[in-house]
Amino acid sequence: MQRKALKLAALGLAAALIGGPALADGKTKVGFVYVGPVGDHGWSYEHDQSRLAVEAEFGDKVETTYVEKVSEGPDAERVIQQLARSGHDLIFTTSFGFMNPTLKVAKQFPKVKFEHATGFKRAPNLATYSARFYEGRTVIGLIAGKMTKTNTVGYIASFPIPEVVRGINAAYLAAKSVNPDVKFKVIWVSTWFDPGKEADAAKALIDQGADVLMQHTDSPAAMQVAEERGIYAFGQASDMKRFGPNAQLTSIVDNWAPYYIARVKAVMDGTWESTDTWDGIKPGMVGIAPLSDKLPADVKALAQQAIDDIVAGTRHSFTGPINKQDGSPWLKAGETASDGDLASMNFYVEGVEGALPK
Amino acid sequence: MELIQAIIASIIVAATPLAFAAIGEVVAEKSGVLNLGVEGMMIVGALAGFATTFETGSPALGVLVAAAAGTTAALAFGFLTQILLANQVATGLALTLFCLGLTALAGHAYSGQATPPLQPIPIPLLSEIPVLGPALFAHDALVYLAVALALAAGWFLRSTRAGLILRAIGENPDAAHAIGYPVVLARLMALAFGGALAGIGGAYLFLVQTPHWVENMTSGRGWIALAIVVFAGWRPERALLGAYLFGGVSVIQLHMQAFGIDIDAQYLSMAPYLATIVVLALISHDKTRQRMNAPAALGRPFFQSS
Repeated sequence: MQRKALKLAALGLAAALIGGPALADGKTKVGFVYVGPVGDHGWSYEHDQSRLAVEAEFGDKVETTYVEKVSEGPDAERVIQQLARSGHDLIFTTSFGFMNPTLKVAKQFPKVKFEHATGFKRAPNLATYSARFYEGRTVIGLIAGKMTKTNTVGYIASFPIPEVVRGINAAYLAAKSVNPDVKFKVIWVSTWFDPGKEADAAKALIDQGADVLMQHTDSPAAMQVAEERGIYAFGQASDMKRFGPNAQLTSIVDNWAPYYIARVKAVMDGTWESTDTWDGIKPGMVGIAPLSDKLPADVKALAQQAIDDIVAGTRHSFTGPINKQDGSPWLKAGETASDGDLASMNFYVEGVEGALPK
Repeated sequence: MELIQAIIASIIVAATPLAFAAIGEVVAEKSGVLNLGVEGMMIVGALAGFATTFETGSPALGVLVAAAAGTTAALAFGFLTQILLANQVATGLALTLFCLGLTALAGHAYSGQATPPLQPIPIPLLSEIPVLGPALFAHDALVYLAVALALAAGWFLRSTRAGLILRAIGENPDAAHAIGYPVVLARLMALAFGGALAGIGGAYLFLVQTPHWVENMTSGRGWIALAIVVFAGWRPERALLGAYLFGGVSVIQLHMQAFGIDIDAQYLSMAPYLATIVVLALISHDKTRQRMNAPAALGRPFFQSS
């Protein structure tokens, strides 16, 4: 908090010196707002790596600023406003909970371009972007289904937003397709980042029989618990192999760099438009970390095949027949889910146990 | 059975950092000083301990350095509030914010590194009792230390002359000063003890709970410890129980979710905090008892007359 306050003070000072948005020095100023610390080794870390890639790409033609650990509430609006006021041309806000604050500030600063990750509200100067992480979830779901001996997969979830629910459903469907007996145990920890709590959740899942862990939270705590207890786990957002050299089977790795570079370029060229980008494995926004040597050859082949099929467009994570948890039909045989359905997914598919928090 | 055993063991692990911090704060507050910087002292202890363990490979040394770092932070607080007579509430809050920022900055180099976890020391015989043995008596040394410290601090406050003096200072520093007791020195010592324990509590997070350093890894545990102090009525043994209760509710709610019990996860996440509030409300309902235990001079600056 203290750090943020200092940074904000510095931003305020910069604003006073520069005196409003201007490209006086010919530099494009790009701001980033992170929900976690850049050292989380997960979500915010990967966004920051991509920010550095932007700097590397454009050198002294860009100037980037980031504000980390911004809570998803009134604080966010203040931070975004401060960035907009201090002459940033393009501002990326990188958490679902920044959606409304970003929209509000975008209306106040029509000349500044905004980009909001994982949300669905757009404006002429507010674009959205997200990655089809569920494609990665399909791959790890297949591996989990094959690798679990107790037929119990533990899943540490953050908040019941479509993004997270989609991940659970995709992983479950994939696991189920190769292992009809598989069960998913889901714990909602109601935080993106609390290593202690994530570790406790991981232990609870293992104690209840899970021998493969997945997470949709940002710290490597669960991976370390898995390593300690000698079970398997999948990394989240970033390759977490060094936290679980034996435990990690693979990781879903976010790679925002190509997108960020393209968007900054568009601002420089004056071709920026408000768009809705949703890229998956094929364009490289979702990466799969090297598969572990612990995987038998057939499981490796299965995972690789799934990756190839997703890239080729012949496999969709949500292909009917799929019923919702309550047994009501959702997709007919052969039908694939529309992006609209995916973006607003607020139900478990049939077979997932437990109630989805509202 | 194995599950119950595992749950009890997890509860103890989750509760121990809280127990350390709360026991230390009980002693500090008994001297009449309200130090709201527990969260800050914990995080300082966590980083200093982590850095030491990481560089030397010795968890024991890490614990010592964590205690020293917590003490240093506490003495900084003591200098400001006892010597310079700054407002205790404001200084405590400032200490927490400062420490969180400082550790985030200073800890960058260690971010994402891992240390070997503290090894458990099963107590012979006792740890062989079925179910309860492995759940209660197969922990790391710090778990036992927390229990021992709770008992020792309770005994100290209740039954020793020094404890009596400390309590007298917490009740009425002017009177204690008039008799000739060193009010400021005693308070600084109580603060130092509280800081050392908070530091060890912070170190426990990376030593056992999740063996790596990340900034803000205490995630509000210092504030819970402060609530536990009130909950415990300023008694060290009860602070230990309070920590176990809080740890218990927070671990059990995770298990309830994994069992698929049909309650919204948000309610379960609230449970530990709700339990704390409910117990606090129940306890403070009884005014006389509360007054009897709370140090009368808590949080008030002491102006030394001559």
